[in-house]
Amino acid sequence: MTEHAAPSKLIKGATGDWEVVIGMEIHAQVTSRAKLFSGASAEFGGEPNDHVSIVDAAMPGMLPVINEECVAQAVRTGLGLEAKINLRSVFDRKNYFYPDLPQGYQISQYKHPIVGEGEVIVDVSPTERIKVGVERLHLEQDAGKSLHELSATESHVDLNRSGVALMEIVSKPDMRSAEEARAYVSKLRTILRYIGSCDGNMEQGSLRADVNVSVRRPGEPLGTRCEIKNVNSIRFIGQAIEVEARRQIAILEDGGVIAQETRLFDPGKGETRSLRSKEEAHDYRYFPDPDLLPLEFDQAYVDALARELPELPDAKRARFIEQYGLPPYDAGVLVMERASADYFEDMIKDGANPKAAANWLINEYFGRLNKEGLTINTGPISAQANSSIVQMITSNEISGKIAKDLIEIVWSQPGDPREIVEARGMKQVTDTGEIEAAVDAVISANPDKVAQALAKPTMLGWFVGQVMKTTGGKANPQTVNELLKKKLGI
Amino acid sequence: MSVDSAVVRRIAHLSRIAVEDEEVERLRGELNAILAFVEELDAVDVSGVEPLTSVLPMKMKKRADVVTDGGIADDILVNAPEREDHFFVVPKVVE
Repeated sequence: MTEHAAPSKLIKGATGDWEVVIGMEIHAQVTSRAKLFSGASAEFGGEPNDHVSIVDAAMPGMLPVINEECVAQAVRTGLGLEAKINLRSVFDRKNYFYPDLPQGYQISQYKHPIVGEGEVIVDVSPTERIKVGVERLHLEQDAGKSLHELSATESHVDLNRSGVALMEIVSKPDMRSAEEARAYVSKLRTILRYIGSCDGNMEQGSLRADVNVSVRRPGEPLGTRCEIKNVNSIRFIGQAIEVEARRQIAILEDGGVIAQETRLFDPGKGETRSLRSKEEAHDYRYFPDPDLLPLEFDQAYVDALARELPELPDAKRARFIEQYGLPPYDAGVLVMERASADYFEDMIKDGANPKAAANWLINEYFGRLNKEGLTINTGPISAQANSSIVQMITSNEISGKIAKDLIEIVWSQPGDPREIVEARGMKQVTDTGEIEAAVDAVISANPDKVAQALAKPTMLGWFVGQVMKTTGGKANPQTVNELLKKKLGI
Repeated sequence: MSVDSAVVRRIAHLSRIAVEDEEVERLRGELNAILAFVEELDAVDVSGVEPLTSVLPMKMKKRADVVTDGGIADDILVNAPEREDHFFVVPKVVE
């Protein structure tokens, strides 16, 4: 896409508007038991150098043998990105020197990646969807880890990650704001997690982003870009883009030029700074890895993997809108995590009304989970229990206010919500006689307010509040409203 | 294609190999001799010919996704000039 940003996304400079152009390289760790080219464990952590074979340590004479599951994961991911799957791809050596790269090169794919062009539909806001092009996806090895804090004069190297499979997913420069970039990473993460090809854990480094940022005057050709390396949270990606765009605009408005370089984002200081400024331009001297034959498979293999793919987020979202009549925003929130979508559908199967269940989850339950740092899988309330609560709200057995008290109870001491409501007498009072008595009591106790209400009908809300209070929140608010209007003659 | 002394120094730097000034000329000569030897291949017209990746008509071998290796940190570190616990220890590499 070469189209230009909507005027609302432009950044105001001292001398006029600027458009920011963003492309991204995402490194996603492939979910597999063993490494890309060796039989050592790909599990995160472990004692130093414990998940290392002599292949990963690059001992002379060792030969790489590819892990077929990593290939399958890359193909599945390519399918999820609606991308072209290349039936023949080639591994190359990307040469550079670093202590945590024992081979002296990374095995990667250069001219012939396993996956070609694709596309991701990104929900930027409840009302805005954009398409972000995918340039390619290729398989490569991760490097080891250098620890610089254990000693003042030395670095410690652990090769446990050396040789773990990564997918590098390169986007086209199709994003025009920090918000769009954040939404793209978030959507990509959702797709990877649905497919099960990457756990998307940004704290553990399973998903890392290199962000390319440039600015230009609207309508002009692309400006010089800077690459911000290894940003490891969605929030930081947004911040890094904002400060980098501002930095470039300030330079250009002062009549300067942007130097193409690699930069690092420092979240503490809220700035980006130059990395490897003294070093010459990268010269990776790529060439085909003579240890590895081309990676080839047939269309039948791809088709078989396609058949096993789960329902992906876009399809699920469309189905939720169609089948359950959910608003697009609600459907979008529910499908962000496959587990949440499954939980929602479990509530429906248990008899909850879909719209009420979506409302309840989004406005009540997800907020509580977030606040406690829990996920849908680790939260204390089952889909069946939440379904019972929603069903009691829908059938007017309990009021919305009581429902909030009820979830508080179920949250801390799991039990059947219906039994709790019964045992604690939380059922909504729909008996008009009982409510009428409460209404009469409030009216006769407050003659001054009655006079005010006659002059100013919005005072009704105060009366509703009082009646709800005297009935312990159990009165049906609609009945209270109707009775009050009738008795006050409003 | 021929290699001059600047290219020799650059390749040495990229590989982090310390090359003394007096060695550059000898290395330049050796590298050029190798290139001249390989350049004989230019005599063959290969236009339209796919690069050969293997002389045998064989498929790439693949392994199953099973952990079969690791747990040999002592062996991995046996040649390390310096180590601490089971880490390799190298000169500080961060600016």
